[in-house]
Order: sequence, then structure tokens, then C-alpha cells
Amino acid sequence: MLGNIDFDGAFFLRYLIDPPSIVWKGLGLTIVIAIVAQTFGVLIGLLVALARLSRFWILRQWAMFYVWIWRGTPILVQLLIIYTGVAAAGFYKYPDIVIGPLTITGPMQAALITLSLNEAAYMAEIFRAAISSIDKGQSDAARAIGMRSLTAMRCIILPQAARIVMPPLGNEFTLMIKGTSLLSVIGIRELFGTMQNINAATFRTFELFLVAAIWYLILTTLMSLVQRRLERHFSKHELPAEKTFKAEYKERSLLSGQR
Amino acid sequence: MMDAAPAKSNGSLVRILDVHKSFGDLKVLRGVTIQVPRGEVVCVIGPSGSGKTTLVRCINHLEKIDSGRIYVNGRLVGYREVGGRIVEERESVVAEQRQNIGMVFQRFNLFPHLSALDNVMVGPRRVLKRPRAEIEPEAKALLERVGLGDKLASYPSQLSGGQQQRVAIARAFAMQPTLMLFDEPTSALDPETVGEVLDVMKTLAKGGMTMIVVTHEMGFAREVADRVVMMDEGVIVEEGRAEDLFLRPREERTKAFLKAIR
Ligand SMILES: Nc1ncnc2c1ncn2[C@@H]1O[C@H](COP(=O)(O)OP(=O)(O)OP(=O)(O)O)[C@@H](O)[C@H]1O
Ligand SMILES: [Mg+2]
Repeated sequence: MLGNIDFDGAFFLRYLIDPPSIVWKGLGLTIVIAIVAQTFGVLIGLLVALARLSRFWILRQWAMFYVWIWRGTPILVQLLIIYTGVAAAGFYKYPDIVIGPLTITGPMQAALITLSLNEAAYMAEIFRAAISSIDKGQSDAARAIGMRSLTAMRCIILPQAARIVMPPLGNEFTLMIKGTSLLSVIGIRELFGTMQNINAATFRTFELFLVAAIWYLILTTLMSLVQRRLERHFSKHELPAEKTFKAEYKERSLLSGQR
Repeated sequence: MMDAAPAKSNGSLVRILDVHKSFGDLKVLRGVTIQVPRGEVVCVIGPSGSGKTTLVRCINHLEKIDSGRIYVNGRLVGYREVGGRIVEERESVVAEQRQNIGMVFQRFNLFPHLSALDNVMVGPRRVLKRPRAEIEPEAKALLERVGLGDKLASYPSQLSGGQQQRVAIARAFAMQPTLMLFDEPTSALDPETVGEVLDVMKTLAKGGMTMIVVTHEMGFAREVADRVVMMDEGVIVEEGRAEDLFLRPREERTKAFLKAIR
């Protein structure tokens, strides 16, 4: 039996099509946070992957430990430990960081740190798989013309790995966009946090959260369109390692999407 | 019979002395000695698993050796001698030594993300750090010499096996090596493209390049090899001039092998 349906269609449409500027701001913040955290996640993840593949035992162990910790615990718990926990224990109080006209608030610092470090663990595994999938003959050939292993990595292996990494990187970025919605719990007014705030004043929960969902859907759909474009561009002359890696990753990406 | 005397005790460019090498329990090289004077071409033949690839990879230190010595140009490759024992050199030293030793692989191993021209230039650019303006004409000329002047911009995936292998030879030669190693350069090729690769190699040989070539191409060996070496189970069974070894082998194992590949 249905109760009294209370759905304000006009309110819903207004927030979807012509929302107040704080919603646009929230949307912008979501995009900025996702891009910044993904960028750091890629850079740190690459370092972790190189450590994982290094010839030094201690670096390999450290990298494995890093991935184990960050992938083995829920990101919500990580976020609350890094923000609330660290501050509560008195390790670091997150004072505002001011860089020119830009102020990075405490919650924002914690958010970027958590998302970046968490993402780095996933990117590290992706990079490691991509680098390992490149035929050993490539590094043989690079060393045979006199390259050192670092030069070979930079000039021969990584450019090939970068292309292999493209499709999973797209997936990761999609997950990142959705993942930013968690940040509302530490008071960041990204898209979902903003909607929750408006909800506290208007009590139009269903309409507002539906609008949020639709906006996330728009972002992730745009992302997958861009991704398909890029993939088509790159597949013009596909690298040998790309095919096998793609097939392998498709099997796993269903699972990796569930975190 | 360890020849520990340094460097130039004779005029050979390459001196491989009593080299032993195992992968785990598997003894792959069991005392190999070969000397190659400057300008000579030596072909290595032998059944699958006899250690030919391993030997060639040891010469530029892509594989470590367990004992013995390998000298190229009078310098111990990959190691330095400390109190009668060999200690592995730093990576930077090994990398520098490899610049003088070109290598051509069975499966080409071209860099698939680079065009043919960039494959040839990547060594001079990234290793020798020479300016692009200087090396580009050289690289183009090299590709022209191997008959690929019209394929400069092609990527490896757009080239036939024979074309890829010729780019690989140009890539190795671009470093101006004093020695070139070939590991079965034609055995992954379609029969109709074998000839074009062998022609390039013959030109190199006739130009005075010192070459060690693992190959079963008897025509090539008879035309340009100064010597043919027959390997089996990690040792050299027999060596001699191509005609002698192919037509009048002395050892049973050589006879059996030649019969099998004919
Ligand atoms: N990296 C490695 N690890 C373990 N065993 C190896 C390795 N490389 C080669 N071997 C083994 O060493 C032996 C000699 O191999 P190698 O490739 O040198 O032979 P080959 O004479 O080149 O043979 P083919 O004619 O088939 O190329 C083989 O039994 C091979 O399985
Ligand atoms: Mg071999």
C-alpha cells in the first residue's frame, strides 16, 4: 500500500536544470578533488609499483605492505582515521594551508591525502601488471644498446605501460568520482555534501539525492565516452602487450569496481 | 688452463675462455672457449637446447656467467677481476660496455611504440646523448642501406618480419659497435624474407664487421663465415672452415645434427 506520495516535481526539475550556485560549486569541487587525487594516485602508485618491481628486497616488502594496508581496509575508515583520528590523537591538527589565493582547509587536506594514498594502492597494482605484461625482450633489447635499467624503464617500458594502463585508469577515475561522495562525512561540500546540506534545510531528500545521482551519472557517462575515444585513438596501432592485458583486465574489472 | 693474463695477450677481438653457466641445476655451458679475431665472422650451429642463445647472451652480459672469462676489445665484459676471482661490475659500467656490442635477436624485439626511424635513433639519442639533428641523417642513411628508406615512419606492427629484422640490424649498427651478435636472426622469418636479411648481414660481414652468428643457414655460413662452431650440450664439439665442417664433419654428433637439419 502506498502512503501519501510527496514528490515535488517542480523542485526536482529546478535543482536538476537550474540549481543554485552552491550546487554548481559542489559539482566543481567534486571534479577538482577527483582530478587532484587521481593525479597524485597515479604518481604515487607508479612509485609504489617501481618499488614492488625493484631488485631490493626491502622496497618490494614495503610496497606489498602498502598495497595490503590500503586495499585491505575500507576507505571510509581510512578517511576517518586520517582526519578525525589523527587530529584527536594530537599528531596533526590540520591547520589551514594557504597558497596564494588558495586556502586548503583541514578536511580538504585529509580528503586529498586519503583519496590519493588509497588510489595509489590500486594504481600500483595496475602499473605493476602493465609493466610485467611487457615482453622481456624489450628490456633485453634496451640493455643491449647500452641503456641502463632506469633509462630503459623511462624510454622503453613505461611509454608502453602507459598505453596499456589507459582503460583501467579510466575505470579508476570513474570510481574516484563516485568515491568523492564519501567526503561529506567529514564536512566537505562537494556535490553530495552540498545536497545533504540543502536537504537539512528543505527536507526534500528524495528529490535532492535523485538530482545528485543523476549528476554523478552524467559525470561517469561523460568519462566513459572520453575513455572510448581515447581507446579508439590508441588502438590504431595496438601494442602486442595491449591485447593480452585488456583481456585479462576485463575479467577482473567487474570485481575491482565493487570496492 | 685459465688465461688470466690481461687483455692483449693475442690479437683477438673476442676471447671466450672456459665459460661455465648454469640455470639452477641445469648446466647450460660447460667450458666454452672461442676466440674471434677482429673482422672475422664465426657461425655457431647446434641442436636446440645446446646453449647457443645462452652463450651469445653471456657475451654482452645479458646473462651472468659462473666461471671463466669473456673479453671483448681486451676488456673483461660485465666483471672485474679481484684476486683471481671475478666480481660483477656496476650497471653503469656494463651498460657502457654493451654500447660496443650490437645484438640482433631471433624475435627482433623492436620497440613497438616507436617508428622505424626512432627505433634506430633511440640508442644514439638516449644512450650517447647525441643531438637529434646530427643523428637523424645518419639513421635515415642506415635505414636506406638496409633497403627501408621508404619505411622511416612505419611502426613495427606495420612491417613484415624481414623488414623488422632489418630495422633491428640498423638499430644495433647505429651504436657503431665493434662486434655484432646475431641469435638465429632468420629463424622466425617467412622463407621468402630470409634472403633480404641475410643480404644485409653479408654486406656487414664483407664490410669487415666482426660477427658471431647463431644460424643454421648453411649458404650464409659458406659464403661469409671464416669459421663454423658446432655446439652440443654446452660444449664445443667441433670447429672448422664451413666447407670442411659441413661436407666432412669429423664428429658423430656433428654428422647426426647436420643430417637432422638437412
Ligand atoms: N632463463 C633461463 N632459465 C632457465 N633455463 C634456461 C633459461 N634460458 C635457457 N634455459 C635452458 O638452457 C638450455 C639452453 O638454452 P639455449 O636457449 O641457450 O639453447 P639454444 O641452443 O639457443 O636452443 P635453441 O636452438 O632452441 O634456441 C635449455 O635447456 C633452456 O631450457
Ligand atoms: Mg636459441
